[in-house]
Amino acid sequence: MAYTLNINGQTHEVDVDGDMPLLWVVRDHLNFTGSKFGCGVAQCGACTMQIDGAATRTCVLTVANAVGKSITTIEGLKSPEAKALQAAWVELQVPQCGYCQSGQIMSATALLEKNASPSDSDIESAMSGNICRCGTYSRIKAGIHMAAGRIKNVGEIA
Amino acid sequence: MNMNRFSKKSAVDASKRTFLKVAAGGTAGLVLGVSFNATAQSAVDSALQYNAFVSVSPDNKVRIFIKHLEMGQGVFTGLATCIAEEMDADWAQVVCEHAPVDTAKYANLLMGQQATGGSTAIANSFMQMRNAGAAAKAMIVAAAAQRWNVPAGEIKVTDGMVTHGTRSASFGELAVDAAAQSTPTPESLTLKSPADFKLIGSDNTLRKDIGKHNGTAIYTQDVKLPGMLTAVVSHSPLFGGKVKSYDATKTLARKGVVNVFEIDNGVVVLANDYWTANMGRQDLVVEWDNSNAETRSTSDILGEYRGLVETTGAIAESEGDVDGVLSNSSDTHELVFEFPYLAHAQMEPMNCVAKVDGKSAELWYGCQSATGDQMAIAEHLGSQLADIKIHTLFAGGGFGRRANPASDYVLEAVRIAQKVPGTAVKLVWSREDDMEAGYYRPAYVHKLSAALDSDGMPEALQVRVAGQSIMEGTPMAAMMMVDGIDMTSIEGLAEMSYEFPERQVELHTTKVGVPVQWWRSVGNTHTAFSKEVFIDALARKAGRDPIEYRLELLKNNPRETAVLKLVAEKAGWGTKVLPEGWGRGVAVHTSFGSTVAEIADVSVDGDTFKVEHVTVVVDCGIAVNPNVIKAQIESGIAYGLSAALDDELTLTNGIVDQTNFHNYRVLRMNAMPEVEVHILPSNNAPSGVGEPGTPPIAPAVANAIAAATGRILTRLPLRLG
Repeated sequence: MAYTLNINGQTHEVDVDGDMPLLWVVRDHLNFTGSKFGCGVAQCGACTMQIDGAATRTCVLTVANAVGKSITTIEGLKSPEAKALQAAWVELQVPQCGYCQSGQIMSATALLEKNASPSDSDIESAMSGNICRCGTYSRIKAGIHMAAGRIKNVGEIA
Repeated sequence: MNMNRFSKKSAVDASKRTFLKVAAGGTAGLVLGVSFNATAQSAVDSALQYNAFVSVSPDNKVRIFIKHLEMGQGVFTGLATCIAEEMDADWAQVVCEHAPVDTAKYANLLMGQQATGGSTAIANSFMQMRNAGAAAKAMIVAAAAQRWNVPAGEIKVTDGMVTHGTRSASFGELAVDAAAQSTPTPESLTLKSPADFKLIGSDNTLRKDIGKHNGTAIYTQDVKLPGMLTAVVSHSPLFGGKVKSYDATKTLARKGVVNVFEIDNGVVVLANDYWTANMGRQDLVVEWDNSNAETRSTSDILGEYRGLVETTGAIAESEGDVDGVLSNSSDTHELVFEFPYLAHAQMEPMNCVAKVDGKSAELWYGCQSATGDQMAIAEHLGSQLADIKIHTLFAGGGFGRRANPASDYVLEAVRIAQKVPGTAVKLVWSREDDMEAGYYRPAYVHKLSAALDSDGMPEALQVRVAGQSIMEGTPMAAMMMVDGIDMTSIEGLAEMSYEFPERQVELHTTKVGVPVQWWRSVGNTHTAFSKEVFIDALARKAGRDPIEYRLELLKNNPRETAVLKLVAEKAGWGTKVLPEGWGRGVAVHTSFGSTVAEIADVSVDGDTFKVEHVTVVVDCGIAVNPNVIKAQIESGIAYGLSAALDDELTLTNGIVDQTNFHNYRVLRMNAMPEVEVHILPSNNAPSGVGEPGTPPIAPAVANAIAAATGRILTRLPLRLG
């Protein structure tokens, strides 16, 4: 069946089974491969995208349920929060194998867009759904604090 | 009997000899000036390739070919740092890519084959990469000398710029002329003295495995080729099960399913995308022949091991009359330890893209055992090594799993691709496939017994280990096994750093139909735990400080002594006041040539506990990339802590009980402690960092819990309740 999706501000038409998870539509049919497959059961967070601004596990969200929503993938991140996080990720050399990091950044972006100065415990509750087997958790936490600090400073200057 | 006859050192020496034999065939580390048909992976003009590792292009890029798999350990950055240092390149102009699979050029010098593992990436190539960089620089300088008609000795190179008086040129401007220079002899090269290092030892080397913050880094899972199909395989739920029959009627009726067929270990569904293939697999009806399958439960297996450690095993190491001393001693202490099977559970489940046409094959994947996989594929297809072309991609974690001695997932992809000649096939394992596929860290039981003198110091130690061998039946058995004893089952307990006047290490190698393999830090995953918890228990029993007690047993081991003393100082051991209910524990262990000591601070609340802080000191020789070293130690601790707190794989009647991250629990951010890493300054040759951080964490945590509660936990994962 044909579905119309709004991904990263653009309209995409796909003809797939309505039960197909959004992750696989995006990866296999639209060739945005930044979002990863890690578990298929919403346990690891590697597939996280923003759906109407909320960090969402797209390995269990059917394409039929994504119609009419604003979908953002790692390829479409534009907000100042996202850019600050990505800069911090590079500077603090957060990624190791990197496979989970798209999902980590998507979750972190959703957090910062709602909470400009998250505490350690805010970060832990927002990020504990994202597994990193390389154990980059301390650097992820530091990256979120660094990005939050910079956005705040820019805001104060402005 | 003395363990020395098959010590680690002699194994390494043997592998070096093997390599030298290979090298004598015409190739040593440097293949200077040889123009070879590089790498299908890059469009680099082979004429601009200065040697196997370096090319410079007119656009002023220094391209470095990395002979090891980048799976997060930072090997792109590490090897490139060594080359750029001696080349005096500007770090910003350096780009890295995986080298092709070509054993003659890209062997691991400690293994004699192209392979990544054993925390050897820097250790084996530190000098080789520096030489390659120095050779490339010499060619660039020669080109400038020729162009400007000045003596080469008067030319200076700094940050990628070549200068003489007022004249200057970039590497890029000299690239073509430099490539045409004759190859410098290794003897003509002078390497920098460590005092002149600008990149080695600095934090000004941002990682070169880029694109991981914005989704542009490409992994196997992301490969897309024209006409490519996706394959999933229905495997037997039991290890050793075979397909008896299957019915694919319903699967074939699903739109998007292209084909269903049997291979030797399962039934394959080929489809246009993963989701369709996976749904098609759910519709399959497969009947399995389990007549030769493993049907025991882990509770049975561990029960058998508990019986075995009460009996004498094969003697791996023996000094003195341990049995006699133990039976006559008035004061003995013993502990029995248990370790579960562990899955690697790397974030990217196993996958591999293969295209086979007759005897030729082309593959794209995170290739770790390059030579081993290439040989296995060639043998399977009856072809030559040159017919097997492998493109190495970033791997989404490995932790040992991708270096499979049987090339299991790689050959599975090849067997599938053989059925559709000329068509690229991406084999994808689901998380469930990955977790249930075996090749686990084996389960073990250890028993440690000591006879103590009147001061509580050990007079004799007996160690018994029961569990499967990870080497038996693999191509590495010849090197790693002597008289049926797998050195990796007992490493760390054999040749123990603590001095016991009399000691004996015994091994029961068991036969279980569960495939096993190395897991980050190999035997040290279990041997460091029993060794360090046991020593701590002896110190506690003697009423001694655990670090003082260790230092007394390490009198002749200056390296562990130095690391232990420094970690005590950094953590404020004996001086820092901990909150009520907290405990602190220490562990030290040497593996892969590096010594790591960790002090864990743990808060305990009833039956629950949390690891709050870990202080680490690592001695890994010269620190090439301090930031990467710290990252690897943090990572090693997180990985080992996951096994200390959560990881456990069990079988019930042969069926794996865990299927995904909801029931194979792993460390998440909320359980990650603060980790404070200190690198011991050293001028020794660099040694491993990918694995040595892992072994000490579980015993340090167990010892902290013992300090807080008085309870000595001897089973992993650790449970107070």
